[in-house]
Amino acid sequence: MGGFPILSAMLAVPLFAALACLFVEAKMARTIALGATLVNLALGIVLWAGYDIGGAQWQFTERAEVFAGFSYALGIDGIALMLIVLSVFLMPICILASWESIQKRVGEYMAAFLFMEVLMIGVFAAQDMFLFYIFFEAGLIPMYLIIGIWGGDNRIYASYKFFLYTLLGSVLMLIAMLWMVNEAGTTYIPTLMQYDFAPEAQTWLWLAFFASFAVKMPMWPFHTWLPDAHVQAPTAGSVILAGVLLKLGGYGFIRFSLPMFPEASAQFVWLILGLSMVAVVVTSLIALVQHDMKKLIAYSSVAHMAIVTAGLFAFNVQGLEGAMIMMLSHGLVSGALFLCVGIIYDQLHTREIDRYGGLSINMPKYALFFLLFTMASIGLPGTSGFVAEFLSLAGVYKVSSFATFVLTTGIILGAAYMLYLYRRVAFGEQKNADAAAMKDLSVREWLMLGPIAAAVLWMGVYPESFLAPMRADIAALDARIARAAPEGDAKISAGEPLQEAANAMPGDHVSETHGAEGAH
Amino acid sequence: MSILNSLYLSAPEIGLVVTGLILLLVTAFGGVKTSRGVTIAAVAALFGAAIFTLDLFTNPSFALGGDIWSGLYRMDAFGSFSKILIYLATIGCLIVTPKFFDATNEYRPEYPVLMIFGAVGMGIMVSAVDLITLYMGLELMSLASYVLASFARSDERSAEAGLKYFVLGALASGILLYGMSLVYGFTGSTSYLGIRAALDGGMSTGAVFGIVFVLAGLAFKVAAVPFHMWTPDVYEGAPTPVTTFFATAPKVAALAVLMRMALDPFGGVSDVWQQVVIFAALASIIVGALGAIGQDNVKRLLAYSSINNVGFILVGLAAATETGAAAMLVYLAIYVAMSLGSFVAVLMMQDKNGRQVENIADMAGLSSSNPMLALCLAIMMLSLAGIPPLFGFWGKFVVFQAAVQADMLLFAALGIAASVIGAFYYLKIVKVMYFDDPAGVVEGRSDTSRWIVLAITTLIVSPLGYLLTPLLGDVAARAASALFFVV
Repeated sequence: MGGFPILSAMLAVPLFAALACLFVEAKMARTIALGATLVNLALGIVLWAGYDIGGAQWQFTERAEVFAGFSYALGIDGIALMLIVLSVFLMPICILASWESIQKRVGEYMAAFLFMEVLMIGVFAAQDMFLFYIFFEAGLIPMYLIIGIWGGDNRIYASYKFFLYTLLGSVLMLIAMLWMVNEAGTTYIPTLMQYDFAPEAQTWLWLAFFASFAVKMPMWPFHTWLPDAHVQAPTAGSVILAGVLLKLGGYGFIRFSLPMFPEASAQFVWLILGLSMVAVVVTSLIALVQHDMKKLIAYSSVAHMAIVTAGLFAFNVQGLEGAMIMMLSHGLVSGALFLCVGIIYDQLHTREIDRYGGLSINMPKYALFFLLFTMASIGLPGTSGFVAEFLSLAGVYKVSSFATFVLTTGIILGAAYMLYLYRRVAFGEQKNADAAAMKDLSVREWLMLGPIAAAVLWMGVYPESFLAPMRADIAALDARIARAAPEGDAKISAGEPLQEAANAMPGDHVSETHGAEGAH
Repeated sequence: MSILNSLYLSAPEIGLVVTGLILLLVTAFGGVKTSRGVTIAAVAALFGAAIFTLDLFTNPSFALGGDIWSGLYRMDAFGSFSKILIYLATIGCLIVTPKFFDATNEYRPEYPVLMIFGAVGMGIMVSAVDLITLYMGLELMSLASYVLASFARSDERSAEAGLKYFVLGALASGILLYGMSLVYGFTGSTSYLGIRAALDGGMSTGAVFGIVFVLAGLAFKVAAVPFHMWTPDVYEGAPTPVTTFFATAPKVAALAVLMRMALDPFGGVSDVWQQVVIFAALASIIVGALGAIGQDNVKRLLAYSSINNVGFILVGLAAATETGAAAMLVYLAIYVAMSLGSFVAVLMMQDKNGRQVENIADMAGLSSSNPMLALCLAIMMLSLAGIPPLFGFWGKFVVFQAAVQADMLLFAALGIAASVIGAFYYLKIVKVMYFDDPAGVVEGRSDTSRWIVLAITTLIVSPLGYLLTPLLGDVAARAASALFFVV
């Protein structure tokens, strides 16, 4: 495909802006970073608008043979498109969130974020396995610096843990990738997605990829780096971590594990469902007893990600679509929740829940936004969270009704810990004078929260906009893995429609339209 | 082959020997004031030798190489590749040296002369196809190194390092020589061709002992575990520019000799030495990583890092394939850039009195007092740790690819998992420089020549280095195929 290499442009803009940020003063660096991320957002919108739904599977492809052993091949399908749009959408908000709270070494900070953006777009756009790996791993460096330089008191421990944990997961994946490339003779991801590896080999390959993605995701019990990293990272770092970095694991499963190793994936459904069930219940209970707001939201992330993994390994269209929407929704909602924490943290410099209270009195606008995102996190109908949870759980139900039962308790527990958090922060008495004196949202904070709120509602009310680009790709993936799909216990089949409605009055006409409901 | 041909094909070494002798005379009669001129002449001579070697490497009429000096010496792509690396590394080390000795006023014109003789020795080593030629080259290099290690005469640690290096180096040479005598005794030949032919005809237990002793002696020179103990002490004690030299050029030479030895005369019996190399590789990776964790001295840390890296390079040798050999050469080239870069960065850290800062704790907060230097060193460290998108990753990538292609999956998985341990201490340096509060010790002022060397190596190590991969891959593949061509 000819034309303007828009994906390369999206990589180049933040890259050059990052290099520029290293050499300029704080004020200039902020402006450059905001400008570059906004340009990228515009490019992302162009990308979305230009994406031909129902067209070729891989669009905007670019290819250049400039390296030995792998090639610079970019291209996106609907799944990658949505994740790229999510990344470029969150980046300007992150820059705004750091506008005032970051005062030391601003140039380097902005550069680290812009490098991060390059790498994230690169991961989603890479069509070459080793190019993917390079982008995937490289994200560790800027995130390590962001946590370590600008983080909280215990930042050094958290940065090491983050780095080494995720590195250990990834190196085994590299060995698996080397083996696959040696076996299949290509590094081109679309070809590899159609390559049938021997089922015995798939088991090992799947486990190696699992080691990496389960840590990135993070799945219980590999999640312990996440609360530490979140708590210590600056607000914008948490937003990026929750909003985009956690999506790398899910993206990895959907791009590599499922299409490349369908048999092995089916073989390990019990493992994934088991870990997801434990994760939802255990991390929700842990979240319930947290005193630190960021930690609470971090644990809720683990619980939400467990629903993603369960949905992915449901081997059907609903599950996959639900998992994708969950990733997008969680990216927005948990990002917004971290922003909400950041806004009050900037004023009071504590994340202790007990230090706040009654904020809805002195910060009504803030409380409103916080409420919206709390509800979205719980999955209230009308918000993105509902669509995500409903679709994923409907998908999982086809595989295992027991798993669905356990996962659904997560929603109840989720409501418990989120409402409990909200009650303690926003309602009740204003028992702390300094908390009661906090100012409501500034224009900058409006600009951060407003767009996310709009997106959350949009996704909740009309998810079709987000599902449409992914539909063909998810259908293709579903067809690819159908041969290995595990037999579910729900055995859902379309029922016979009743001859007449249950409440039909004698003598009425027989209704013809109610048949579909029995199909559940 | 005719004498003229022999002379032409070994011209870089001969030219260097002649230059070295002339400069020695200049030194003897001119005294200390000639040091600047002698250094420049030495750099020029090494540069000339590198260019000439490059010409031999690229000249299609010598594509197949050839045995010269009655089969004692071989000019081939492999030797040329290694020699170019060696000469360039030596030039890099020479350029950054003189300022180091300013404080004590100990720089003398003998220094470049010794470097030249060391480089000649290394050139002979990598081209040798006869045990005796090999030994001559090795000893020439070693003698120069022993003197260089104790070059800072007023520093006790330097003298200690020189003595340690000498005693242990002599022991290693002894082991090597003993192995050579066994190999000669059981195969009846000192030439690689003869040894290979004899071994292919059938192995005896004595020959196995010979092979193991020869490899042990060479493992000593490359500082592979379990023959690594001398490295931290020598690296710490020797003057920093000399340490830079030890970590680059002789490392390349020793590894190249090990490769040629293992793959040429012992190439037919690779199953005899493969497990030895596998053990040495894994042990080096692990010991190098664990040993570095507790170090406070940055030179000792880099010594362990070099042990660690040798382990990764040996992964390529353990594969015993042509891709493995090519991967080793790629890794070596990248390693030289990383090693040179990190040592030069260390060299540039001085306190107010112009003394070297070697304590890691004193580097705290370097990123705020000296951002460029800290950035370069951080890039070097993360690259040594093998984190993409830095170029160090590519070296690890190719060696592990070779191991996977040779079906050594478990070995590759263990090796790469152990590399995570190594990442810890490289991160420690980055942490000290970036996360800790400034200690205010380092006064980073340095001359342009060092900045140039640092900038070039940093550029190579940066993601831009990936643009070199096609070229580097081709060249290394050609060099490696020369090793296997003789079969």
